[in-house]
Parts: sequence; structure tokens; C-alpha cells
Amino acid sequence: MVSAGSEAPPVDPASLHLASTVERSVKVLVVGAYGVGKTTLIGAVSEIPVLSTEETITAASLGVDPRLGEKTTTTVAMDFGRVTVGGTTALYLFGTPGQKRFWDLWAGLADGAVGALVVVDTRRLEDSFEVLDQLEEHTALPVTIVVNEFPDAPRHTTDAVRAALDLPADTPVVAGDLRERRQAVEALQALVAHAVRLARAGDAA
Amino acid sequence: MTDGYRDHPVRSYVLTGGRAHPSRNTLRPETLLCAVDDGRELPVGAGRHERALLETCRGTLALAELAAYLRLPTSLVAVLASDLLDAGYLAVRSPATHDLPGVDLLEEVLDGLRRF
Ligand SMILES: Nc1nc2c(ncn2[C@@H]2O[C@H](COP(=O)(O)OP(=O)(O)O)[C@@H](O)[C@H]2O)c(=O)[nH]1
Ligand SMILES: [Mg+2]
Repeated sequence: MVSAGSEAPPVDPASLHLASTVERSVKVLVVGAYGVGKTTLIGAVSEIPVLSTEETITAASLGVDPRLGEKTTTTVAMDFGRVTVGGTTALYLFGTPGQKRFWDLWAGLADGAVGALVVVDTRRLEDSFEVLDQLEEHTALPVTIVVNEFPDAPRHTTDAVRAALDLPADTPVVAGDLRERRQAVEALQALVAHAVRLARAGDAA
Repeated sequence: MTDGYRDHPVRSYVLTGGRAHPSRNTLRPETLLCAVDDGRELPVGAGRHERALLETCRGTLALAELAAYLRLPTSLVAVLASDLLDAGYLAVRSPATHDLPGVDLLEEVLDGLRRF
């Protein structure tokens, strides 16, 4: 992982450039509470090592947060990965915690996105409420829920998860071990398929 | 904060040939960029961040990747890249205008994912 300020040797970007056939890019957001498996999912799919940037955000966008004291700026780490699909399109996966206080940062990210994968941990589903509220309030992004099946997490039916999260009946819910590339790819497929359905319905209307 | 923030306006002025209000390109973290390979050298007054950016971007990379490799915030790299675009040293590889990916593109992405 490359991160700002780390001691890791610099990566040679020449080996990481996109193929010359790639002519456009799309992105999905990977959101969810701390520790639910966002970076794991991104890493399982990405063709490059997971990258990270540190973004500075100002007090104005932070609102009143006593934990931040008098500080006027803070930094938020954003990880991301990339996968080339169909030879011509680079798909970027941007991971962010998506809390309300970081909204200004990820509002820019949400702009133009295919949709959002919301990663949840069934041991603490309530940690996902805030990010779902933010998505609903501020975006029209297609959403797919990804239940990260940690070994000791209780298993629920997709209907139960949808009900617990108070989601529309058409919201896809997928589950799996996100360390497995195939399962992470299936989550992405579910989101893009959902985005296709919504776009078609929108075009027909 | 790096000194990049402070000395930037001067360099920008150098890069854009003295134009005071360079046009603003809409750059997103996923916008694909590539250095223009026409043998033209950066002006002497150009800063090290601009040089590093062009060096890193000899092949196609997204803005966010540039920021990660340069270890700078994406917002700062967007400003540097914007000036380099205005001055013709850098080009946008991806069509910058579409607001939302259309059905055709989404279906292509889905097909691509299904072939994994
Ligand atoms: N057993 C198991 N552990 C996982 C899985 N996904 C993530 N983890 C672990 O959970 C921890 C948090 O994951 P991470 O991706 O860093 O979460 P993030 O904060 O949402 O980015 C890490 O130690 C992962 O190795 C999974 O599917 N199964
Ligand atoms: Mg993470």
C-alpha cells in the first residue's frame, strides 16, 4: 500500500500506467463503517496495489465535532483501486468511511459515480445507518449492500438485512468473504446490474 | 501543508504564460490524464511538483493515482494538473463531459465484469 508520508519505497508508476487501449473511466464508491472490509474488497478486485491519498478537509465541512477540538483542518485517508474492464474502460473503486462529518469530501466523489457498494457487518448493522442516510439524503446513486461474512457474524436472510436497514425491495443484497476475488467481483456485478436496470427504467420513463 | 500550496500561484502564472484567469477544467479523481509528448520543455520557473507530475504521467493515470504516487492531496494535484492542461503539457484522456454513465457504458462494464 502506498500512503502519504509512509516509509515504503516509491512505486514505479511506469509499470502501473493504464493500457493504451483504455479511453475512459468510471467509478464506484465503497462505503461503510470503520473495519467492515472496504479496503479488503477493493484489494481483492484491484489490478494495482491499493493506493491511498490523504485529503485535507476544513472546519466548515466538519460541522461541530468536539473530538476535533480547535483544529481547523483534518485529514481523511481515502483508499482506492482500479480494474480494467473490457479493455477500454478503467473502473475505479474509491473507499471512504462516508460519515456525515466527511460529507464534503465524498460529495465530490459521488458526483458521476455508477453507484455505491455499502459494506456492512451484521454484528453491528446500526453502524451502517449513518452512511445509508447520507447516500439517500444527498445522492441518487444506485446502492448495493454487501454483507461481509465474518466467521463469527450471525447469518441473516437478504430480506432480513433489507428490512433491518429499511431499504427498498429492489436494493440488491449480496454476501460473501470479501477476501475472495470472485465474491468481491460478484458484488460489483450486482451493483452495475442494478445501475443498468435503474438507467433503463429512467430512460423508459 | 507543503510549500506547494504557498508558491503555487506564481508557478501557475509562469505555466499559463501570464494569463491571470486560466480556464478551469473539470477534473475528477477518476479523470484519466496523460502527458503530451511533443518534446516541449517546461518553463524554467515551473515547480518541482509540476515536473514530478508530468514525469509520473508519461502513461495514462487517473488524477487520484497521480496524487497517490506524488503523495499529495488530490485537491492540490487537481490544481497543478489544471494549469498543466491549460498550458498544453497535459491532456485529458477520458471524455470529461458525461455527467452520469449512460446505459450503453454501464452494460459494457457489466459485460466486462462477467468475463472475469
Ligand atoms: N474473516 C474475515 N475477515 C475479513 C473479511 N474482510 C475483511 N476482514 C478483516 O477485517 C479487518 C478490517 O478490514 P478492512 O478492509 O481494513 O476494513 P475497512 O476499515 O472497512 O477498510 C481486516 O483485518 C481484514 O483482514 C472477511 O470477509 N472475512
Ligand atoms: Mg480501510
